[in-house]
Amino acid sequence: MRFLQLYNYEIAIFLAMVGLYIVVSRGNLVKKIAGLSMFQTSVFILYISMGVVDGGSVPILTEGVTRYSNPLPHVLILTAIVVGVATTAVALSLVIRINEAYGTVEEDEVHQQDESF
Amino acid sequence: MSLDHAIDILLLAFMAVIALAVVRLRDLFGVAMLFSVFSLLSAGVFTIMDAADVAFTEAAVGAGISTILMLATLTRTAREEKPNVSRNPALPLIVVSITGAMLVFGTSDIPRFGDPQAPVHQHVAPRYIEDSPSEIGIPNMVTSVLASYRGYDTLGETTVIFTAGVAVMALLGMRRTRRRNGQRKDTD
Repeated sequence: MRFLQLYNYEIAIFLAMVGLYIVVSRGNLVKKIAGLSMFQTSVFILYISMGVVDGGSVPILTEGVTRYSNPLPHVLILTAIVVGVATTAVALSLVIRINEAYGTVEEDEVHQQDESF
Repeated sequence: MSLDHAIDILLLAFMAVIALAVVRLRDLFGVAMLFSVFSLLSAGVFTIMDAADVAFTEAAVGAGISTILMLATLTRTAREEKPNVSRNPALPLIVVSITGAMLVFGTSDIPRFGDPQAPVHQHVAPRYIEDSPSEIGIPNMVTSVLASYRGYDTLGETTVIFTAGVAVMALLGMRRTRRRNGQRKDTD
């Protein structure tokens, strides 16, 4: 049962590792960014999982509810999601510029062109 | 096991499958679409875990805007990922497996999922839950923490978004003026 009790954390680690694998092993820059965003989402799941309380409710004041989930991780991740999209936008516009300068978004071909100069 | 927990397990299993599909898929349009589904599933997981505000934001920003940005990039770059011949797939797999094993080992003794006695629920969280409705006057605790107790965090977030906006304009906006200047030289 220990596995089921930590299931959310195990899946978060699995998703983070899949994201890391995409970043390290794939040469396409757009796909690398998709992997990076996947890593980000796994961290969000890790944080939100920590805020859950058994039998807790959504942290909005309601009559008759005495037990709420922890609102602090929610706030931190709310900020992180928006910042994550902003950085993804910068990364994708960098990819567009690289494509204009080199005519490709494959990392290996960019390196080849750099070396041939 | 409650129904909530069963849905949580199912949605997270879906997300794991989609992550593996993204690794294998070479069509980048498909990757963008799968990524949108991935974000939407994570929004569902957040709803199950009582994080309604986070679920809203993830569904709007993660599944919506991120996907649009990725599709906009694909229209200006290649649609297919080229097969990589020079890279050795074994080395990243080994690195990732070792890192993952260490993380699993590191999380093996943390408090179980949903434990009310976990250290994360002991420090400032009780104060936010008990006092914020009377201190700030807003029933939604996430909003009062975001805009009042941790208002400086949100100010910093806004600064980051502004900087990112300036960076995107510097990267993509400058190019247009340069091209226009070039055209002007041609006509001269």
